[in-house]
Amino acid sequence: MSDTVSRQGEMRRDIAATRRRGFGIALFVLAAIILLLFARGTTPDARTTFQFSAPPAPSLPPLPFRALPVLLGLGIVCALLGVVQILWKKNKRIYLLLGVGLALTGVAFLAWSGKGATVDVEGLLMTSLIEAVPLTLGALSGLLCERAGVINIAIEGQFLVSAFLGALIGSASHNLYLGLLAGATAGALVGLVLAVFTITYAADQIIVGVVLDAFALGLTSFFLQSLLAPHQDTLNSPAVFSPISLPLLDRIPIVGPLLFNQNIFVYLTIIILVAVQVALFRTRWGLRVRAVGEHPRAADTVGINVQRVRYRNVILGGIVAGIGGASFTIGSTGQFAPNMTSGLGYIALAAMIFGRWRPLGALGAALLFGFTDALQFALSILNVPIPSSFLTMFPYLATILAVAGLVGKVLPPAADGKPYTRE
Amino acid sequence: MSGNVTPAPEKAPRRPFLRRALDAIVSGNAFTVTFLAFVSALILGAIIIILATPSAIRAWQDFGYAPGEALRQSWRAVANAYGSLFLGSIGSPRAIIDAIRSGDGASVVAAFIPLSETLVSTTPLMMAGLGIALAFRAGLFDIGGQGQLVLGAIGATIAGFSFPSLPAVIHVPLAILSGAAFGAAWGFIPGVLKARTGAHEVITSMMLNYVGMNLLTWLLTTGLVQAPPRNQAISKVVVAAARLPSITGSSLRANLGIVLAVLLVLGVGWLLNRSTLGFRFRMLGANRDAARVAGVQIERHFTIAMTLAGMLVGLGGAFMVLGVDFRLSPLYSGSIGFDGITVAILGRGTPLGVGLSALLFGAFTAGGRTMQVNTSIPLQLVQVLQAVLVLFVAAPGVIRTIYRIRLTKAGGRVFGGWAG
Repeated sequence: MSDTVSRQGEMRRDIAATRRRGFGIALFVLAAIILLLFARGTTPDARTTFQFSAPPAPSLPPLPFRALPVLLGLGIVCALLGVVQILWKKNKRIYLLLGVGLALTGVAFLAWSGKGATVDVEGLLMTSLIEAVPLTLGALSGLLCERAGVINIAIEGQFLVSAFLGALIGSASHNLYLGLLAGATAGALVGLVLAVFTITYAADQIIVGVVLDAFALGLTSFFLQSLLAPHQDTLNSPAVFSPISLPLLDRIPIVGPLLFNQNIFVYLTIIILVAVQVALFRTRWGLRVRAVGEHPRAADTVGINVQRVRYRNVILGGIVAGIGGASFTIGSTGQFAPNMTSGLGYIALAAMIFGRWRPLGALGAALLFGFTDALQFALSILNVPIPSSFLTMFPYLATILAVAGLVGKVLPPAADGKPYTRE
Repeated sequence: MSGNVTPAPEKAPRRPFLRRALDAIVSGNAFTVTFLAFVSALILGAIIIILATPSAIRAWQDFGYAPGEALRQSWRAVANAYGSLFLGSIGSPRAIIDAIRSGDGASVVAAFIPLSETLVSTTPLMMAGLGIALAFRAGLFDIGGQGQLVLGAIGATIAGFSFPSLPAVIHVPLAILSGAAFGAAWGFIPGVLKARTGAHEVITSMMLNYVGMNLLTWLLTTGLVQAPPRNQAISKVVVAAARLPSITGSSLRANLGIVLAVLLVLGVGWLLNRSTLGFRFRMLGANRDAARVAGVQIERHFTIAMTLAGMLVGLGGAFMVLGVDFRLSPLYSGSIGFDGITVAILGRGTPLGVGLSALLFGAFTAGGRTMQVNTSIPLQLVQVLQAVLVLFVAAPGVIRTIYRIRLTKAGGRVFGGWAG
């Protein structure tokens, strides 16, 4: 969509310039962290070993290296990226540069924390990816709703209800695909309630979302205790989806086990992600959705049925969140436990905001948040003097920084959160 | 319905009082909506109770042979559950009267346990609801009650165990103020971020919830806060001189906290309705642009309102820890910070409404525990009832459609999108 309104275009350019500077400074901060925090306390002879092997790919030899030169190198590269970010005015890929900087910091962190030990990098990446699956789907759900102008805080509730029904139906029917279907349907139903209350009855979207979360938490805990608990082995012990390996592709070292030997949820996430990205930005449908989210009155004037677009998107979002919710049970642990999503629905929302209401951004944020989460496990093994609580805080703090505009302000769709009534 | 004959108000001659009262109820003021939402929640709750009672479900499977039995079983399940909800929150009226008549101290205390427990559960809900309602009135959505409550509890606890030899007259206020300050700080951050950068308070305060809860988890592993043998994630204990005294002087757990909470409800009522600051808050909430034109420094008042809201919610945490628990544990606040949102919505942002809603939810919580013990119905039923109740209150249009009544007012909007 080209910016036809010149004032808006100017504003965007302004924001882009501040953001570019902000990102440059952020890269310098990352470089400072690597050099001052990690490299300074590292003795020249400290060694770290990275390990990249996982079945079914052929195993690679472990990679030992001296930590100090690597850290210094990473820090300098990070600082150089910062210089490029600030000086290269025509650069269109400022997010890519920041992403690379963050990835380098991640590597530096591992090299520093794994001194004198072996870091299972492949395992870490694997955990990050698996953690990122529900986060990405939740964020995509929020994005589908918000691009059409409806704020979806009920992601957490959709996760819980679909995780519950996924486990129940998957367990009772002995058919995991039915469980997946039940999860998606459950998410869609919560979406439908959200839609009826906020679109038809124009109730406050945030309030309805928050209350739906409380409702879902109460309802799932209630039925878990009263219905499922007495029949734990028939009603709450579903099998879990096993990995599907794509022949040959799964033999590629590092990438193969990560991307081509996963369960159905990883593949579904990739498919949905691509579909949403293409549909939103390359099709007529997406143009209409974005029009409804940015300026519903104008959309209505040219004959788009605003309410219908919103209904459809909120329900679609519910399906996507429902698939993400089902992954908590039939995608990983099987059994449903009370409040098992423990606020991940809100992190998904944060990932959507952090990813600037864009599918690929949401994926990046979800991977970043997933990585910090995976680090906690790694850290408890490596015995690093950072309390795991601080790592848990990271996604939340990062989101606060992002919305506070310290790295360039993020802009939501203009009509997000506003009920639309025809005059 | 009789309400259909109401003429336009300006043409109306003085109508009989009864007719006016009936019209007021039928044409849907806040009370009617709340009442009907309550009824709807109870009905939905009854259905859920029946679904969760195996004997009732079995009876329904035989509905064709013995329809009476199905209804009887269902009625029994619902009556049992709601009955023990009542017994656990208010107590048996007969037991109370008998106990008072007998004059036996111990049995009087026993008869009043349910009411005392209701007050204990009400206290933090009232404070959380009050803070969030204050923010509502200023047009802000403070979703960070959970974090503010935790921080308030942390502040009160640290002050409560750090000074072993202060007299209670100084120590109790000190601990309370410390809790208030910690809570206020957690409200100040979203407030000042909104004022300075425009960051939306819903997002920042929600994120701060989790930062606060993780902060507590971390503190419970530090030497400053963790209880001495340091093998359990619990805090040191608040010394006796910092604890809120009991209001009855007996073993009942109801304490000074509820008294202070009620006083604060009155205080916030005064602030909102009688003070200049409160007037500015309400201007902000009613119309931000008009408030700016009228010369209200809206950024500054965002910060003040959020700080006050955080302080009030933080006091809830302080009262909890100083009055009942005396020490912190992981996930200390439960879901009270979130329940505060529902209390504020149910109370429609007015201090009186918040007080009454908190009492209702406090009774639900206290009664729910008894219900869980006496019947097989889990405590979480209460959470479902609360959520349904508030869902309907937030969308009066739904109630209007279900019960086919006219509503005069849809209720104020508290929120206008992320950009607001």
